[in-house]
Order: sequence, then structure tokens, then C-alpha cells
Amino acid sequence: MNARLQVRLDIHYDGFELKVDLDVPARGVTTLFGPSGSGKSTLLRCLAGLERSRTGFIKLADSVWQDESAGVFLPTQQRPLGYVFQEPHLFNHLTVRGNLEFGFKRTPVGERRLDWNQVIGLLALSHLLDRKPQHLSLGEQQRVAIGRALLASPKLLLMDEPLASLDIARKREVLPFIRKLHDELSIPVVYVSHSLQEVLQITDTLVLMRDGKVIANGPITELCSTLELSQYLGDMSGSVLTTTVAAHEPEFGLSRVTFNGGQLYVPIQDCDVGHALRVHVLARNVGIALEKPQVATSILNILEAKVMEIAGSDADKHSVQIKLDVGVPLLANISRKSLHSLMLEPGQKVYALIKAVSLTQALVEI
Amino acid sequence: MSDIDFTPVWLTLQLATVTTVILLLLSTPLAWWLAHSRSRWAAIVEAVVALPLVLPPTVLGFYLLIALGANGFVGGPWSELTGSSLVFSFSGLVIASVLYSLPFVVQPLQNAFMAIGRKPLEVACCLRASTTDAFVSVMLPLAKRGYITAAVLGFTHTMGEFGVVLMVGGSIPGETQVLSIAIYEHVEVLDYSAAHVLSAGLLGFTFIVLMMVYIFNRRFPVHER
Repeated sequence: MNARLQVRLDIHYDGFELKVDLDVPARGVTTLFGPSGSGKSTLLRCLAGLERSRTGFIKLADSVWQDESAGVFLPTQQRPLGYVFQEPHLFNHLTVRGNLEFGFKRTPVGERRLDWNQVIGLLALSHLLDRKPQHLSLGEQQRVAIGRALLASPKLLLMDEPLASLDIARKREVLPFIRKLHDELSIPVVYVSHSLQEVLQITDTLVLMRDGKVIANGPITELCSTLELSQYLGDMSGSVLTTTVAAHEPEFGLSRVTFNGGQLYVPIQDCDVGHALRVHVLARNVGIALEKPQVATSILNILEAKVMEIAGSDADKHSVQIKLDVGVPLLANISRKSLHSLMLEPGQKVYALIKAVSLTQALVEI
Repeated sequence: MSDIDFTPVWLTLQLATVTTVILLLLSTPLAWWLAHSRSRWAAIVEAVVALPLVLPPTVLGFYLLIALGANGFVGGPWSELTGSSLVFSFSGLVIASVLYSLPFVVQPLQNAFMAIGRKPLEVACCLRASTTDAFVSVMLPLAKRGYITAAVLGFTHTMGEFGVVLMVGGSIPGETQVLSIAIYEHVEVLDYSAAHVLSAGLLGFTFIVLMMVYIFNRRFPVHER
């Protein structure tokens, strides 16, 4: 199970250049993350064969989809992929059932790897089958679009900001289904997003893109904790911690989660104890104290930490990024003045202070 | 009244039907190309297609007469192949009508294709449909309204043509004497009652067909993207 997705592309048009050399695991969710105009969607379209670059190479596991040096270019319909666009793009002349059957009917029986009922159940579509797409809510339409793509038994699922056209409530409605895809089906997904919060819970591999180039890629938990990358993430820079839900304290609206470095209180989560949860700790919400506060404090999360690296950028005159070790890397953003008065140095033992409410997870917009 | 010859009516319906079928087949790829091409030739082709809208039918008819004539670049090879002449023949009328009604079919189709965009085709291709399959199973149904408008405009416009037919087809009963020509000739010999019957018939028929299209279009709005 070491299948990989290899992509080498060089495509120019209208003053835009996408130049990519990417080799990521063909399993789990790979998220292309970057601001608009960074080439994420174009990369996805190239994967689908909807755009063609003169020099290009695309290989999924053992099958070569494109190798311009050998004159190979599989047209879209011969690539076993599913594509979920930003807008649902359902066929309005067909019913929901007709839409779902579109790719299903065109998939040879021997290649069908997903069961009709399984997909209908997973996405809760059974009560919608006889309706026309126009009469569905956007969230329902997007679920149908996902089901339609899945029923063509793709070996790679491409999702181009599938939640972008939805409001917060609809996002909450659709995201759990995307998470279920991740958990229940072993289809590798390439997901495009410009919202880190949206993809935090589902991403395995993060690919950071900017100006048509891949700046970095790797497992999301590792990538987010590197100081070099925090400048690209701006306000969203922070560490992603893999935690396990240990207990719920509903009377305070909190859940206690544990991780390699200890425990944290986070806003209460709607999941069972023992459930894995990724927690995004924003660097700007992590403070540093030299001693463990002895008197009462309102800060719930206090972790022993060691200073590992200190980095400031010329662009940011008043703050610096500190990489702490709390068992796992944890980024903190503090003012230059604090850095000066605390006289922090690498190797120093400190305490990291994190406000419970500063923990964000997918779609909990705080 | 019983002495009115209705042959021109059937001939006209025949001509309009054949012309519309040919036009729909021909205009589909042309309109698709015009809707999506970024080539600089597209504007030129678009202008050529639109010419019959504004040119006097006599100008079009005149050039067609030359092209279809025994020495023309179409008529010459045709008469060598078939031994018959294109001018003053039904086949010649069909060619002339196709050109004359081209914009009435191309433009509604082009508008429909542009409104629908490429996306539904891309979506279909991502669901294992070949390009042809995607076009037939997605594009045609989505462009249904455009096709109905195009077919009706092409049909009724062909029924109503006069100048081009006169130049290219003349007035051979049963071969090229279509409705509009027959009416003209009735008027020329002051047979107003026959002219009335045919004119009112054409007017009524055309009005009803057009009205049905507009009712249909109002009742079944374009499939939203």
C-alpha cells in the first residue's frame, strides 16, 4: 500500500504559469492549500485531463494517465476519477436518481467498487431520489454531486472547494459526509481549499501552493509546525495536534483531550470518548510564561515547554514566532517586546499558555 | 375556391422540412464551434453566417444563381455528377434555403450553447461519458429550448422566403413554385381570392407555430446551470 500520485506539470497561459513537481501518497486526503490564483484548481483540472500541459506526467499508482514524452494522454473519460466541483453542477434535466446513475451506468460492472446502497446510505440520499435537482437545497445538491462522483467508482476523487458555495450551516451539513468518505472508503482524495479550518480534520497530506508553485508538502501535523511555513499561513499559522478525546465536561461546555504533550481543554466536541481529534492551536493564541502561574489564572491550558527556535521576519516589526517543544512542536506568536523582557533563548524551559477558546477545529468559527 | 392549386403548400412544407433537418445537423457543430472558439476566424465566420439577415435576398439569390448554374463552382460538378441542373430545381432551392435560413438556426443554438457553457460536458466526461455521449445525453437535452427555437425559426423563415427562391428557383409548378411565389403570381393575375386563401393560411400557420414556441419557452424556462 505504498501507491503514490506523481504529478509533473508545466503549463502557461494568459501570463500564468503552473509549474509543479509533486509526489504524494495515493491514500487519504491530500489537500492543495493556497490563496486564489495559486493554481490549485488548474492542477486539479490537469489531473482530470480537462487541461493539457505540453510537458506533463501524471501517474496514479501503476497507471500512467499522462506522459507527454511518450505521447500518452488519457482523455478525461478514460481516467477513473470522480470530480466534485465548487458548484454542484447537477444535470437539471435528470432527477437525482438519473444524476446518480449517470456515471454508475457507464461503469462496467466488473469495475464497480462501490455499492449503490452503500453510497446512498452514506450520503443520506434515499429520500431525494425522485426529486429534481432544482428543488434541492445547495447542501443536498452537493451531497448528490459527491454521490454521483463516487458511484462512477473512481480511483481518485478530486474535490475543488466543494464547500465554498455553501453557507456555514450547509457546510456543517456536508462536511461530516466528506469526513465519512475519508473514514469509510479507501479512495484517495485530492482536495482543494483556501480554508485551513475546513480541511484540518480531513487532511493527511498538505500541499502548500502559491503563484503556481508548490512551496511545501508533507503530513499536515509536521508541516504546520515549521517556522518557515508559518509566514505563508499568516493569521492561520499554528500547530496541528493529533489528540484523543478523554472526557467531556458538558456543564462547562468543554472536552478534555490528551496528546503526546499532555492534555488540553477544547470546546465540547460531539463525539465519543476515545475519538481522535485534530486540534489547531493558533500561534497567536499561545502565550509564554517563564514560571508556572502559581496564582489562580483563567487560562485553562498550561503546558510545560522548551524553546526550540526563535524566528522573526522583517515584514513583521512587532512580533516573532517561537517554536516550542511540548512533547510535540507548538508554535507561539509573541511580541518582540515580550521576547526582549523574557530574554528567551533556545533550550530554555518555559510554560505555554493556551486559552481553551482559542482552539479551533473544522468549522468551529471562533 | 375549388380551383385553387394546393401543390405549392405541400412543396413549401417539404422544402421547409428538408431545409430544417439539414440546418439542424449542419448548425450544431458550427454553433458549438462559434460558441466556444477563441480563434480569430470565429468572428469572420459569425459575420458570414449573419449576412443573410441583412443582405437583400436578390443579392444572395444572384450569387447563388451564378454558383449553382451550369458553369458555377457548385452547379458545374453537380451537373457532371447527376446530369441535372441545380438552378430551377428543388435541390437548388434546398441549398439556397439552407444558406438563407442559416442564421435563424445557428444563432439560437449558439446562444443556447453559450448559456449552458462547457461545464456540463466536463462533468459528464468526468463520469466516464465520451465526448459524443456527453453531447447527446447532456448537451442536447439542456439545449432543448434552443433547438426548438432554432427549428421553428428555420422552418417558418424558409416557408416565408421569396426573393432567393425567385432568383434561383423560378416558378415551376410542383418543382420550385412555393407558396410565396404562388401568392405573388395570383396577385399578378388579380386572382385576389386565391391570394387571400394562401396568404391567410400562411399567416395563420406561422403565427400559431411561433406562438406555441413562445408559450413553450415561457412555461419551460431554460435549465439553469
